[in-house]
Amino acid sequence: MEPGWRWELSPVHLLRLRRHTQDDDTLSPALRLDTFKMAMHSPDSGSGGSGPGQDTLSTLEAAMADGPVAELLLRRLEASDGGLDSAELAAELGMEHQAVVGAVKSLQALGEVIEAELRSTKRWELTAEGEEIAREGSHEARVFRSIPPEGLAQSELMRLPSGKVGFSKAMSNKWIRVDKSAADGPRVFRVVDSMEDEVQRRLQLIQGGQAEKLGEKERSELRKRKLLAEVTLKTYWVSKGSAFSTSISKQETELSPEMISSGSWRDRPFKPYNFLAHGVLPDSGHLHPLLKVRSQFRQIFLEMGFTEMPTDNFIESSFWNFDALFQPQQHPARDQHDTFFLRDPAEALQLPMDYVQRVKRTHSQGGYGSQGYKYTWKLDEARKNLLRTHTTSASARALYRLAQKKPFTPVKYFSIDRVFRNETLDATHLAEFHQIEGVVADHGLTLGHLMGVLREFFTKLGITQLRFKPAYNPYTEPSMEVFSYHQGLKKWVEVGNSGVFRPEMLLPMGLPENVSVIAWGLSLERPTMIKYGINNIRDLVGHKVNLQMVYDSPLCRLDAEPRPPPTQEAA
Amino acid sequence: MPTVSVKRDLLFQALGRTYTDEEFDELCFEFGLELDEITSEKEIISKEQGNVKAAGASDVVLYKIDVPANRYDLLCLEGLVRGLQVFKERIKAPVYKRVMPDGKIQKLIITEETAKIRPFAVAAVLRNIKFTKDRYDSFIELQEKLHQNICRKRALVAIGTHDLDTLSGPFTYTAKRPSDIKFKPLNKTKEYTACELMNIYKTDNHLKHYLHIIENKPLYPVIYDSNGVVLSMPPIINGDHSRITVNTRNIFIECTGTDFTKAKIVLDIIVTMFSEYCENQFTVEAAEVVFPNGKSYTFPELAYRKEMVRADLINKKVGIRETPENLAKLLTRMYLKSEVIGDGNQIEIEIPPTRADIIHACDIVEDAAIAYGYNNIQMTLPKTYTIANQFPLNKLTELLRYDMAAAGFTEVLTFALCSQEDIADKLGLDISATKAVHISNPKTAEFQVARTTLLPGLLKTIAANRKMPLPLKLFEISDIVIKDSNTGPAFFPGRCAEIFARGQSVGKLGVLHPDVITKFELTMPCSSLEINIGPFL
Repeated sequence: MEPGWRWELSPVHLLRLRRHTQDDDTLSPALRLDTFKMAMHSPDSGSGGSGPGQDTLSTLEAAMADGPVAELLLRRLEASDGGLDSAELAAELGMEHQAVVGAVKSLQALGEVIEAELRSTKRWELTAEGEEIAREGSHEARVFRSIPPEGLAQSELMRLPSGKVGFSKAMSNKWIRVDKSAADGPRVFRVVDSMEDEVQRRLQLIQGGQAEKLGEKERSELRKRKLLAEVTLKTYWVSKGSAFSTSISKQETELSPEMISSGSWRDRPFKPYNFLAHGVLPDSGHLHPLLKVRSQFRQIFLEMGFTEMPTDNFIESSFWNFDALFQPQQHPARDQHDTFFLRDPAEALQLPMDYVQRVKRTHSQGGYGSQGYKYTWKLDEARKNLLRTHTTSASARALYRLAQKKPFTPVKYFSIDRVFRNETLDATHLAEFHQIEGVVADHGLTLGHLMGVLREFFTKLGITQLRFKPAYNPYTEPSMEVFSYHQGLKKWVEVGNSGVFRPEMLLPMGLPENVSVIAWGLSLERPTMIKYGINNIRDLVGHKVNLQMVYDSPLCRLDAEPRPPPTQEAA
Repeated sequence: MPTVSVKRDLLFQALGRTYTDEEFDELCFEFGLELDEITSEKEIISKEQGNVKAAGASDVVLYKIDVPANRYDLLCLEGLVRGLQVFKERIKAPVYKRVMPDGKIQKLIITEETAKIRPFAVAAVLRNIKFTKDRYDSFIELQEKLHQNICRKRALVAIGTHDLDTLSGPFTYTAKRPSDIKFKPLNKTKEYTACELMNIYKTDNHLKHYLHIIENKPLYPVIYDSNGVVLSMPPIINGDHSRITVNTRNIFIECTGTDFTKAKIVLDIIVTMFSEYCENQFTVEAAEVVFPNGKSYTFPELAYRKEMVRADLINKKVGIRETPENLAKLLTRMYLKSEVIGDGNQIEIEIPPTRADIIHACDIVEDAAIAYGYNNIQMTLPKTYTIANQFPLNKLTELLRYDMAAAGFTEVLTFALCSQEDIADKLGLDISATKAVHISNPKTAEFQVARTTLLPGLLKTIAANRKMPLPLKLFEISDIVIKDSNTGPAFFPGRCAEIFARGQSVGKLGVLHPDVITKFELTMPCSSLEINIGPFL
């Protein structure tokens, strides 16, 4: 018995709720525009307060809160001669500069009432330590002062708050000396009777707003001692706007049903939108980017008239996965290093034995015009269960079923599903990935037909420049690798593999001799990685992916969107 | 796909002209090869072991060329050059001849003891060969490439090449108890028994990979000359006595194996490639192999086979309209000497011993297409008229996916393989109750079983995304694998329900048991719903 399996649906719903905060910076521009539109028309959009460093769509609340300041500002501006500086105004009004800036911004939002020009000025400011020194003297001066005429034990001096820094500075200023020969340990004495505390004097100068009186060298010395810092102050130069007025009428932020029914919207001023604001993302579910791309590929195949093959069996017998495809039993792909075999259930018990016999004969002795591989074919080997290494096993099953229907009818088949390889994992290889496969079976198909179908298929992917290279596949002959010219990488890159299925595969199934089957395949992951600019496959597939990536992945339009820049291309 | 590394200048010298890298790349593409990398020994060492080690290494330019896995005749410089020269019609394909020696024919006698371990052997002699350092290196390298590819890492076939002048025939291929085999192997200074050697080679980075082929067998294969000198203990190591050097003039080649067809192909490839350097170019001296049943055969086979293909078949399969004469010319360029015969539509093709890959007319059709140039073939659309259908399961899946997302759930894509722990212990289940399908050769615990439920993948996704704002609402629609219907994960007592649709049970929903949540390293409550969508088709 082959194992049964089923498809399952499993949403996980986490019950604890918390407010959902969004990081808008990670949105793509296209998506941001959409959500912006939605947010503008959302009835909730007016209620968002202005967060730190973040504009919101509506500054209504801010303008109201800033009312008294704004009013003061407008009156001062009316009386002023040309304009006023926000920092100076704050100083005069005895309030935080930030409050004045808030008023400026809310007035700006009203339109042409005021004009505000952002200015930045650099200023020297004392650090906390600098202020302390300006007040109490430099460390070295404090050390000097604490030494009495009879001297002070060095150990004691070092315990003073300014001891360590002050001692070495006072030493290098030659204000003090150390007598190491003193009876109870080294002792420190004054060398001079008095000194000038130059550091304190300079800091006081700066405090008094006279930083320019100091040389560049002196200032940088103080900065190195972390007593002084250069700060940039952003202020607004505010002047009257073309619609200047000291009385501001309250502007409407939202169009309400009442305004529409009464028609009052015709006479009311409306507050302009801040189009630079980030939108608020609506709560929503998201589809996974790889599966979005899968949907597009399904769509392309359906548009081209291809019927979907059943692929709902991860588990396959070696027979269908290899033998039916005329892949010899010693082929390296059948090695333990490349394929996941099953321990339980280890063997497929149900195989179509008539067909198995024909396959066995073709491998071991040839037939159907073939020399065969001339080796001892073993049924035990064919029975070994495995995780399918390609979806071609599903194609083989579909073609076998087709061969049993008489008379033969031409078909076009496709599948997109998961396959498994027991190989070394790296940035572009996982043990599980998806294969896309297309198959056409008809009388008299040619290599030219294969290339024609490939051209149409890849055109739908937005790939138009194709080139074909001879290749080797165990089950197709002729075989061709498909290359496309990559504008970003400036070279031809392989985009798929294709060929005509070997007669040794088709004839034992019972397909008519003059029927050819052309087929091609590619991985789903690679085009997706290129499309979404993902370099590491682990960032796309598996439980370790960042859900933010899923939330943020934009629409998948295979034939329309411009390619991401070359630096983001998957290797 | 095997990669062959050749010195660029040596290659161009043999091709009789130089190419730019782009030109050579183009030529490879057209012929079905791939110029994979342009490098040098120095660059390779520097990449693998750092600049210090690379100092002093050769900076001669190397071309690494990918060769199709079935073209054993292109696995060395000699074969590549011959293939390309014939393709470009600069030379005619040489004819390989087996000749009888002037004196006595070399004989290899197989005893019946080999039957159980490695029953087949073939042999040949390359007479009056002239090596240079490069030719000798290529000879050794070709054997290595064959060992890695068609020989399946020596399991199917192993090659031994010997300085015939140090040996005296007839040779005996037999199998003996390991303790009874004693000889001085290549690159060692004293004699060891086979048992000792197997031990020594356990730490040999190259040879340790081949030990398993004979390791647990009671008898090991061994080849002696008439004086009891050991030629080789296939498939592990040759004897030191008969080792070949750059000065060797007469080479005895033996191939032993478990696949007779492949052993013959391997021998044919070696002698066709290197008989080029024999005094009588492209001739190979025959050797006689006597099988245990007393029958004797002469090798190498060097068989030329004639195939007949109709010109219109080739045209029809490729989608071109070439005259039979032109098709014959195209095939001849592919090393398949062809001529038009009979009614003027028949092409007779001679398959040389180098082209063991040609086993069907379709292989000949492909070669005609390659010589014609794939990119010169007119693209056409087949007239196949079909109505498309979706696979019902996938159709329902697509519909559900969109509605799940519309309901506010985010789709995840998790692995179908996982650890036993994921589907059993962590869900509070015994592994036997899961009816899971087990992998026999997982490289890590992550690939022990196929998932029996989608839940572990979803919970692991949440665990990897703990920094994301809550709530997390996730879904996945994909396959699970079970041998039989199984029991579900542990739910919180009293907070789970079985779901019935159309009178049958399709799944369960509920609040997960805190033990399950903890085992997935989560702290927040979690509810799940898992149903089988099969019954809804």
